[in-house]
Amino acid sequence: MANEKGILILAETQEGGGLAAATGELLGAARRLVDAGAAGPVAAALLGSGVQALAQEAISLGADEVHVAEHQLLGEYTSGAYTAAMEQVCRQVNPAIVLLGQTNIGRDLAPRLAFRLGTTVAMDCVDLSMGGGKLLMGRPCYGGNARAVNASRTMPQMATVRAKSQDPLEKDPSRKGEVKSVAVQLDPSQATPRVLERKKAAAEGIRLEDADVVVAGGRGCGGPEGFQPLEELASALGGAVGASRAACDLGWRPVSEQIGLTGKVVGPTLYFAIAISGASQHMAGCTGAKNIVAINKDPEANIFKSARFGIVGDFKQVMPALIEAVKKLKG
Amino acid sequence: MALNMIVCVKQVPDPEAPASAFKVDEAAKKVVTAAGVAPVISQFDAIAVEAALRIKDAMGEGKITIISLGPASARDVIKHGLAMGADEGVLLSDPAFDDGDGYATGLALTTAIKKLGDTDIVFCGRQATDWDMGVTGTAIAEMLGVPSATFAKGVKHQDGKLIVERALPDGFETVEMGLPCLVTVSNEMGEPRYPKLQQIMMAARKQITTWSAADLGLSPDQVGAAGARLTLERLFQPVSETQCELIEGETVDEAAQKLAQRLREAKII
Repeated sequence: MANEKGILILAETQEGGGLAAATGELLGAARRLVDAGAAGPVAAALLGSGVQALAQEAISLGADEVHVAEHQLLGEYTSGAYTAAMEQVCRQVNPAIVLLGQTNIGRDLAPRLAFRLGTTVAMDCVDLSMGGGKLLMGRPCYGGNARAVNASRTMPQMATVRAKSQDPLEKDPSRKGEVKSVAVQLDPSQATPRVLERKKAAAEGIRLEDADVVVAGGRGCGGPEGFQPLEELASALGGAVGASRAACDLGWRPVSEQIGLTGKVVGPTLYFAIAISGASQHMAGCTGAKNIVAINKDPEANIFKSARFGIVGDFKQVMPALIEAVKKLKG
Repeated sequence: MALNMIVCVKQVPDPEAPASAFKVDEAAKKVVTAAGVAPVISQFDAIAVEAALRIKDAMGEGKITIISLGPASARDVIKHGLAMGADEGVLLSDPAFDDGDGYATGLALTTAIKKLGDTDIVFCGRQATDWDMGVTGTAIAEMLGVPSATFAKGVKHQDGKLIVERALPDGFETVEMGLPCLVTVSNEMGEPRYPKLQQIMMAARKQITTWSAADLGLSPDQVGAAGARLTLERLFQPVSETQCELIEGETVDEAAQKLAQRLREAKII
């Protein structure tokens, strides 16, 4: 295909209704690329079953066009059905740039879709810009120790975008756009692999990704009981508890609390890194935090390089005093 | 029926090496490997070998072939897989393979898998710990035209199908697919087994097949940097701008109180 034009983003819905936060971020990024010289329009692909009503929300967040593909087989995600549907939408819209979130769906779908379309994809990008008419895709690599800038030789140019790396636009309900429906052809045999069961980890209290304060612990916490003071500080500040991959792999904390490259990405106002060394694998999940406070025995720990405030000391001694001081301040 | 399984593994710079040992040659757009830091098998790939071994253990039979694309030294990561319990090894080595992207590398691996023939399950790590891209496994699935399940935390062969538990940030899902298929494996699968001395010695004696681009029937412009669809425009080390304010006190209590106060002054709490 030739004459590719415009930017297509894949919109995702969130549980409980509405578009996922990642969708607003993608639309914000797409609009800024148009401001930087990429050709418009900004289009959103909305796939699912009974999703038509969300088209206006995508427009209010920056989409000029919304291509709605309604199909019974798109009600729940399978890589087979979504790849086939997105391929059809892409062939119809013929965009120069395709953006997906680095989400459950994006991580799985983007490579498959890219190779189906005869192109490629740069995953987990944090910085998108235009240069020489091309999309430049900046992404951390080597566990965050290096930054690569990639470009695509093939069309469309595709990227997945890390959560919280892009600001969404402010919602403007008066924004106008066009809603088109795409008739996708799907066969039940394409819905592979077949989903047998989907289980959500029981979430208590505030969602980690939405928390304004996150208190995270690492291998240095020494065991599941080491997280007790972290729970206490989080509760005093109305925040959530997170953990490094090491702490989750050791079974001290549920996987749903894992923060890092292969876990969740958080962007709270305040992030406590307790007995976390600051391996780049972990930092990939919290670089969006506005303020990092590090408590670590090792003054050489990498975490102090990213922290705004730090205490060199044993968390077992620091935490009770800190909890007491915070409670006093909070009155 | 015994299953034929393939595990794709990659040799990477040791991610556990101190950050101070990490350097980038910006002009060459390459990572400079520090002297004395030996390359290792990419962590998720070792877990992919583990996943294949668990299926073989559960079924009591099966053949596992390890494939790696890389320089002659990549033989070491194949030997690692063999020492863990895999049966055969194939090294794809050719200067033409250098600096490929997920597509070019995926094409070479896919061609090798087709050449081996009769494959039931292909395993890959969820992403390599050098580029953290996570596309090569899915590229292979797409080029083979088989279904794939990514980020596996559990695998089970049952009634001729593969049941995969996928790790999701908020829980997990169980999926089922027919063979042949491809699985990418995540750390939630658990620790890879540690090779025993006797197995290491047996692996050392095993012959590893080596194939070049020509052996795979691929021309040099299809693979490596020439065949890549993604170009590397720049590679650099980001500089951290944060200056950490270390808070001290006569006692731990005092330091903790000061920290709380500083957070209040900065209007953070």
